[in-house]
Amino acid sequence: MLDASTLYGLLGIFLASLGLHATILQRDILRRILAINILGVGVFLVFIATAYNGPGVAPDAVPHALVLTGIVVAVAATALALALQRRLEMLRRESDDE
Amino acid sequence: MNEAMAFVIATPLLGAMVAAVFPRQSHWLGVLSLILNAVAVGLLLAFTLSQGKSTMVLGGWQEGLGIALHADALATLMLALTACVALAVSFYATGYFHNPRDAARFWPLWLLLVAALNGLFLAGDLFNLYVTLELLGLSAVALTALGGKRESIDAALRYLMVGLLGSLGYLAGVAILYTAFGTLDMQQVGDQVAVDPASETALVLMTGGLLLKTALFPLHFWLPAAHSNAPAPVSAALSALVVKAGFYLVLRLWTEVFPQAVPEQGALLLGVLGSMAILWGSWQALRAQRLKLLAAYSTVAQLGYLFVGLALLVITPAGAAHDLVFGAIVLMALTHGFAKSSLFLAIGVVQQHAGHDRIDHLDGTSQRLPATTFAIALAGVALIGLPPSGAFLGKWHLISTSINGGQWLLVLVMGIGSLLAAAYIFRVLGHAFGEAAFASRPVNNASAEWPALTLGIIATLGLGLGSAWVWPFLGGAA
Repeated sequence: MLDASTLYGLLGIFLASLGLHATILQRDILRRILAINILGVGVFLVFIATAYNGPGVAPDAVPHALVLTGIVVAVAATALALALQRRLEMLRRESDDE
Repeated sequence: MNEAMAFVIATPLLGAMVAAVFPRQSHWLGVLSLILNAVAVGLLLAFTLSQGKSTMVLGGWQEGLGIALHADALATLMLALTACVALAVSFYATGYFHNPRDAARFWPLWLLLVAALNGLFLAGDLFNLYVTLELLGLSAVALTALGGKRESIDAALRYLMVGLLGSLGYLAGVAILYTAFGTLDMQQVGDQVAVDPASETALVLMTGGLLLKTALFPLHFWLPAAHSNAPAPVSAALSALVVKAGFYLVLRLWTEVFPQAVPEQGALLLGVLGSMAILWGSWQALRAQRLKLLAAYSTVAQLGYLFVGLALLVITPAGAAHDLVFGAIVLMALTHGFAKSSLFLAIGVVQQHAGHDRIDHLDGTSQRLPATTFAIALAGVALIGLPPSGAFLGKWHLISTSINGGQWLLVLVMGIGSLLAAAYIFRVLGHAFGEAAFASRPVNNASAEWPALTLGIIATLGLGLGSAWVWPFLGGAA
């Protein structure tokens, strides 16, 4: 009944919902950065699952290429978020010291 | 001459790379590449005016496989807005950053932002739009953080989170569309979209993500902090151009890709949210203590007009009235782009001169900075929507369409919004023209003041008096 593609798709939706929930509700910045990454992984997983064309048939390559681009973007965005978070933490400590 | 399309994206992109390699030369490299960009946009505009819509597929691939760029009237007008505002902001920025390290950080990111905007306006495929959206978002966030203060970093981080959430929503919609229709090309998707679960879900996800990025009420919570804590040239670009990119995409999606799938309730929702944005944004602008915050909340309100316009567009059946509303929306978006960048640059001059931007302490500004005060007044005329600004014509057509359609609530909202806008602009001018305790000699700092003044003149006089050709241009391309 439940083929692999649907299973992965549902898993992706589950991960995305989990990530969305935490992105909105978490206060801690680091947790929010993690949460948005999980949300991203969920969306990517759904996208990859749609590429499956059944056993023995080559999967559609386009979603794979797109998800690869998406991963590159996600890495860059995460790096930027972490850099901003570190700077914010530094400024916070400085103002606490004063 | 539609090869100009490739140059429109390539010049700022190359400029960004060269400016990053030669940080000491970055300011003139930046200005030079944006002048070249403006020339390319001018050629493209002339081509589109005479030949209509044109398409270019990069690298000689066939359409659907390669990256297709489309230049129609709407896209070229947005490119022209970007090119003009970018030039003015750049000339202003050459004198704004006193610390060479700040300047070296500003230019590559700023050119990257322009490249992303140009790519976004020309992109003809849904995934390219995602890439340009992310490029735009990342460079905008980094530019916001250039302020360096704790508030700027805090605002930048929140802006980044919101932007990522928005683009992931958009991407999820793209994934659904690709699975359902097997193509990413906007036209091909548009041909297949119908009232079915896949199209409806994709519409909701993509629109939701973009509304978050465009800061439509109540998703505007991140905008005032981000726009008011960035350096002045960045604020101008964020408010005038970057939020417009999200609106531009919603407009394109709703009118070209999803017109079959947009339910009536969707238009109702946008109309209600747009109306609340007008009222809430204008009210908050009136209550703001700082000039930059006032300008940022005014952007929230002005975006409301655009979405009210889109709601009217959806419920107006195709025909002359429909084209009129479409032209009005575009004219208001263009006018706001020029007016708001003018306002933010003028505020930047006031802030650098007075050392603060508290509205209650602006007395005597008109004596010290006559040209900049005039620029604020010109931008104000366009923001209120007084004649002869472009916004006057835009609002006029939106209001007359609402009256013809019996949408009396919208007429009321736009009326109240205009009155509130007049109140917050005159509150600033009232202080600016107030007597200062210490009389001081007027300052004419031409290199910092003329960009704001030029943008204000274009918003109020240029677009108002020159708008006659906007409608036939837009109509001819549709």
